[in-house]
Amino acid sequence: MSLRDRIEDAPDAALEQALKNFRSSVHAWSEAAYSRPRTAVSVVRHRSWRLAASCALGCALVAGSVTGVVHERHHRQEMAMAAARAAEHERQVAAERARVEDEDLLATVDSDVSREVPSALEPLAQLMVEDEAKVSNTSK
Amino acid sequence: MKTSTKVMAAGTALEPMATAAAEEIAAQDFTCVVQNHRPQIFRFLLASLRDVDLAETLTQECFLKAHRNWGSFRGESSALTWLMRIAINLQKDHWRNRRMQFWRHTQNNSVDLDEASEWLPSGESSAEQQLLAREQVKRVWKSVAGLSERQRTVFLLRYVEERDLSEIAQATGLSEGTVKAHLSRALGKVRAELGGKR
Repeated sequence: MSLRDRIEDAPDAALEQALKNFRSSVHAWSEAAYSRPRTAVSVVRHRSWRLAASCALGCALVAGSVTGVVHERHHRQEMAMAAARAAEHERQVAAERARVEDEDLLATVDSDVSREVPSALEPLAQLMVEDEAKVSNTSK
Repeated sequence: MKTSTKVMAAGTALEPMATAAAEEIAAQDFTCVVQNHRPQIFRFLLASLRDVDLAETLTQECFLKAHRNWGSFRGESSALTWLMRIAINLQKDHWRNRRMQFWRHTQNNSVDLDEASEWLPSGESSAEQQLLAREQVKRVWKSVAGLSERQRTVFLLRYVEERDLSEIAQATGLSEGTVKAHLSRALGKVRAELGGKR
């Protein structure tokens, strides 16, 4: 008689028997496992390997972050120095430009002033021009 | 003056002695509890997890936790029920942690159902009976693997550890009615596996 036939004939009895067998099986397995020799070497090695890997990873992360911070700081310092140099250069250029502009202005003013004849001397200047013309005609 | 000093000294010395004695008694009690109940806790965890190493680890954790809280155990339930409750909570924490750490490659040492079904008491039965019993055990394991966590806990406490309903209710923190309902559903699934699928 197969298991199927037996269970169909008496389902509750079969269930009880199955549960009894299951209980016995678990008890037997547990007793065997409970009294087996225990080895802890591989577990310790595994843990130490993990610990070493964790330490290495932690050190690498710390070193990386420190390097990043130092690099960032250095970069900022360089940027600040470059900005200062550029500002100084611009200031010098502006000063030079202002100086040149002042000199040009003064030269322009001087030439304008030197060319202009005061209005009170205007008739005298015309006479001088006419005299010069006469002298040249007689000489011819 | 001398007499009063002596009395005071004796009085102050008595208190630490009493405390030490009480601690020693408590330690002896706990040792007895460990010796008596360790196999049962291990068996329950083994049946729940099907992993010998994990069951051993959680059994150790269970007794460590029990030792730390031994002073707060008031004896409202039996020591075994109290220990079972700790073991159930540890098992829940374990499953929760495994779900949270799904991205990690967690080592799984659970034995498969065939291997778990191999264990049978070497008894007086014939080869045919042994084969039949192995087949039944395999089917029960299969249905137990398909139960929810709570149904499995209740089922194992009832049919492997042979606890009564009130003890199961105390250990799981459920009401007796809920325990009955879980047990009924679990039994229904086992019955269906035994009588239905072939």
